[in-house]
Amino acid sequence: MLRKASGVLTGKQRKVYLIAGGVTKFAKAHPEMDFRLMVKKAYDYAMKDVPKLKAKDIDHTRISYFSDHFARQLKAASMVQDFLGLNPKDSRRIEWGGATGGHCIQAGWETIASGRGDVCMAAGFETMSRVETWKGNEFIALASDTNFDYPNGGFYTGYYALMVQRHIYEFLRKRKFADVRDEKKAQRMAENEAMRIMAMISVKNHTNALHNPYAQFPVKLAVQDALKGEMISYPLNRPSICTMSDGAAVLMLASEDVAFEYTDKPVLIRGVGGGTDTMRLADRPHGSVPLFPWEDEATYESLDYPGVHSFRAGRSAAIEAYRHAGIKDPLNELSFVELHDAYASSEIQTYEDLGLCRYGEGYDFAELGHPFMKGIDYGMKLEHQGTIPVNPSGGLIASGHPVGATGIMQGVFALWQLQGTIGKHFGDDTQQVHDAKLGLIHSHAGTGSSVTVSILEAVR
Amino acid sequence: MKKFERFRDVMDEIKKSGAAIYKSPDGSDNLVILYPYSVSYVHSYAQDSRFFLGLAEGKLLGSVCKECGHKYATPRSHCMECGAETDWLELPKEGRVHSWTTCYFGSEEFLKETPFNLVLVEFEGVDTLFMSRLMKAKQDDIYIGMKVRAAFRKKPRYLVSDVYFEPAD
Repeated sequence: MLRKASGVLTGKQRKVYLIAGGVTKFAKAHPEMDFRLMVKKAYDYAMKDVPKLKAKDIDHTRISYFSDHFARQLKAASMVQDFLGLNPKDSRRIEWGGATGGHCIQAGWETIASGRGDVCMAAGFETMSRVETWKGNEFIALASDTNFDYPNGGFYTGYYALMVQRHIYEFLRKRKFADVRDEKKAQRMAENEAMRIMAMISVKNHTNALHNPYAQFPVKLAVQDALKGEMISYPLNRPSICTMSDGAAVLMLASEDVAFEYTDKPVLIRGVGGGTDTMRLADRPHGSVPLFPWEDEATYESLDYPGVHSFRAGRSAAIEAYRHAGIKDPLNELSFVELHDAYASSEIQTYEDLGLCRYGEGYDFAELGHPFMKGIDYGMKLEHQGTIPVNPSGGLIASGHPVGATGIMQGVFALWQLQGTIGKHFGDDTQQVHDAKLGLIHSHAGTGSSVTVSILEAVR
Repeated sequence: MKKFERFRDVMDEIKKSGAAIYKSPDGSDNLVILYPYSVSYVHSYAQDSRFFLGLAEGKLLGSVCKECGHKYATPRSHCMECGAETDWLELPKEGRVHSWTTCYFGSEEFLKETPFNLVLVEFEGVDTLFMSRLMKAKQDDIYIGMKVRAAFRKKPRYLVSDVYFEPAD
């Protein structure tokens, strides 16, 4: 059990806090700003929020962007460092697919937790508007095995559709529609049921974004509208998929020694976790579920895991983060979750990976209203609305997904939730989770090949 | 030079003339140009070569671990479970749909082929899956568990798409 002796569990690291953040409005294109100026705007916003913090106080920077193809500029992070006037401080680029932003925050955490420095900037950006949408899809698909996956039609939405189709089969066809004997008919019924619930997620996230001025796609939708969206890769339609964005986000991290000098509302990074899985979906094992301490083997006796239906990397990341943070009952301990909903399907799959419900209960969890915000009219009847708001910001589906900035954007929104400053930063406190104490951010790369989970705690 | 307030118009113009000005809502003029970039890679399939040569002979090759016997439908030269070297394993031509989708859009390179079906295929007694196209089937025909059979492109291009599947029933 080497893992149990690993550093993160010794509790010997220095405590690390988020002290400020900034985000540019995510947009289809920002031709009036290049990537350096976008980061600069987010950086200036963060610095203005903690006026006592000066550029000279920043010891290190970690800068993330996903794709050299989109950037068309190698070592673009050096140019950000340069533009912000932060040379000759230590810096490096962080890249880990769609989870780039989440990893960048954790790289900042490691820098301070290890004692290497007291203040670290974690910044991220992506400029996806530089090519046409379908060329952009090609670039993204290059993050699948280019020998065995890409030449079949390289398309990430297609890969996620393959995953959710199996998820639907395992958890709706085999359970809710177990009595239907005609196999094809039963599968169609299960798929329709899943599409209806994914439309509910789409409505939730687009509605949440109505009150987020940084979001790219705030829109009032009805479930019927979301269901009518153009089919992209069955059963995923346009309203259940995030689009491409330009944007940047910045977080400032500080050690316990200095955090309170800069703000009286720092937010503690109480736990970090990471996990991985095979690049090729075809290689995913069919074994057993890595369990949380409160789960028992019998629960998943008949489930081949992860197969292609679930994200083992997400489950592994959650196990590590919960252990680090001492969380034993995430559903009741967490005040909100900002998770990587590049697809409405992944949001449902991720509820299960994170233990907000058991594997197989994700559809019911959504339908009953648990992940919706309290007090917001989504135009549907929800029995248990607001048990644990998921993506109160609107998530990737409605906020946008400029890959290198996305995970950091989640961190910024979570920081503001835990400070209770959503009203100040959004100019509207509708999306402020009341009395938020503990938040989870979840960042996810290509078909779940890498996932980070970080647990943030209000100390005000 | 032409000037536009909609970025979409700028994108259309630069494809024609190579340059245009985008007037942004903040009033600034931004010069936008078309900046081409293309490259042909020298790509060796290295330890996976036998698989691609096999497709040209109408064979679908996976791997079997010499130590633990784990069987892979998508080949790998070393076992993911125990790290030992694997042997080549000829897979049966028939398998079943483990999961599937119909893509109505795709990457630029494959847009002209839409709609197309992607499938993950499972083979009796083999531990992992194989990703491929399913031809000669429409969205409404396909279901998990459906029997499918491998077919091979007559003129190999030495790509994984030299093999595809068709309904077997």
